[in-house]
Amino acid sequence: MEYRIEVENLNVYFDELHILKDVSLKIPKNAVTSLIGPSGCGKSTFIRTLNRMNDLISTFKMDGTVLLDGGDIYNPKVDVVDLRKKVGMVFQKPNPFPKSIFDNVAYGLRVHGINDKDILAQKVEESLKAAALWDEVENILEKSAMGLSGGQQQRLCIARTIAVEPEVILMDEPCSALDPISTTKIEDLIHKLKNDFTIIIVTHNMQQATRVSKHTAFFLHGEIVESGLTDKIFIEPEDKRTEDYITGRFG
Amino acid sequence: MHRFIPPRIVQKIMNGVFWASGLITLAILLIIIGYVLFKGMPVVNLEFLLGDPVDSGRSGGIFPFIMSSIYVTLIAVLVATPLGVGAAVYLSEYAGENTLVKLIRFGSETLASIPSIIFGLFGLAFFVIYLEIGWSVLSGGLTLALMALPTILSASEVSIESINKSYAEGSLALGATKWQTIYKVVIPASLPGITTGVILGMGRAIAEAAAVLYTVGAALMIPTSLMDAARPLPLHLYILATEGLSMENAWGTATVLVIMILIITVVTNTLVDNYRKKMMGR
Repeated sequence: MEYRIEVENLNVYFDELHILKDVSLKIPKNAVTSLIGPSGCGKSTFIRTLNRMNDLISTFKMDGTVLLDGGDIYNPKVDVVDLRKKVGMVFQKPNPFPKSIFDNVAYGLRVHGINDKDILAQKVEESLKAAALWDEVENILEKSAMGLSGGQQQRLCIARTIAVEPEVILMDEPCSALDPISTTKIEDLIHKLKNDFTIIIVTHNMQQATRVSKHTAFFLHGEIVESGLTDKIFIEPEDKRTEDYITGRFG
Repeated sequence: MHRFIPPRIVQKIMNGVFWASGLITLAILLIIIGYVLFKGMPVVNLEFLLGDPVDSGRSGGIFPFIMSSIYVTLIAVLVATPLGVGAAVYLSEYAGENTLVKLIRFGSETLASIPSIIFGLFGLAFFVIYLEIGWSVLSGGLTLALMALPTILSASEVSIESINKSYAEGSLALGATKWQTIYKVVIPASLPGITTGVILGMGRAIAEAAAVLYTVGAALMIPTSLMDAARPLPLHLYILATEGLSMENAWGTATVLVIMILIITVVTNTLVDNYRKKMMGR
């Protein structure tokens, strides 16, 4: 199997707090990997290590290696801006900019120096279509994104992310603030996107993990208890703690 | 006798108290503005607005003073806005909670509470004499900039702090640099608050007599360069009234000043409202 991201012996600290403990995980290319586990187990910290968003927190310290396509993303020579272009992120709460729908999707492109009107228009359309939002917003591209529903906003954030053509998309509980219908739409979208992108999704919803992902890693107290094929983890988990968690005995 | 008044009655009384407070505030505003307009409007006509003063302002118009006011206020805003917004960005986006930040904030708050006449004295000592700029539009404008700075800074900081942190996160996650994030997302999103701060600072500058008293001179002509002496409206008003030159023209000048401030406030409020509606899709 080909891997897009390889994490080896990752330790993360915030001040003295040891958040991730010796975590190793390989993320297969062009597939969906779910990260499950109770709140506070380090899932979000883990994915925020993959696009170096934790760098923004002054107390963040880490050791271990994180390889993207074989290259160490924490190498001092790595340009963080470049990395974040390759590793996009969709947040828990939809966070479109208070700008027009068009400008939201065009934002990343403009930031990376694309200003040609025709190219922008074409990319915006492609991205919105890929995010299954085009039909709903085609005629209101100049309206503010803040007027969209929560589910539409989240798909807009996905469109915004895929517009810059990342290799990896990190999704931090992307449906937790959405209603069931919007959730279904996002899940359908994830199915569609997995052919072109490597997707890592943090979720609290076990059914969601089984529906969308081929691989799953179970986090507990900052460690990975078990990882592997989703079917295997949910049907015959090796570890008692995994079984307890997925059957709802705690968490 | 009951030990307490029934809550229902207390509620009614308090409703009345709050209503009355609101109405009294409104009434005070209307009475002041109304009185100024009542005393001043008879003097205000096209000739008064566009004419030159005659006999030290005893008669004639106030056009040079209107222009003086516009010039010094413009300089104040042009100097204080980038400084104030820049400092606000530094405080909210770059600096953590360290001693320097506390010092800047404390300095700004103190600056805001210093009486304007002291700004005037400082302007005289520093701009007029030490920097040898002389009594001029520039000295007056710079002095007013110092006064407007803390207002603009604190309003901008509050506005930047209040916008959703998730906007900046979303931008950084797309590979934008910090500067791009500030320039393209943070500032546009906090623009309504920043603009309000600029207008408050501008209001402080345009209405100020004491701070320009020692710095701008008292010329009767339209200033034609930054180095010319001038006479903004509040200063003219002060001179007319204290030297007993013409109370009618003092009221007329006051009327023009009040109307200018009203126009600025109404126009910017409308613009800010429209911008906010467009931005937030309502």
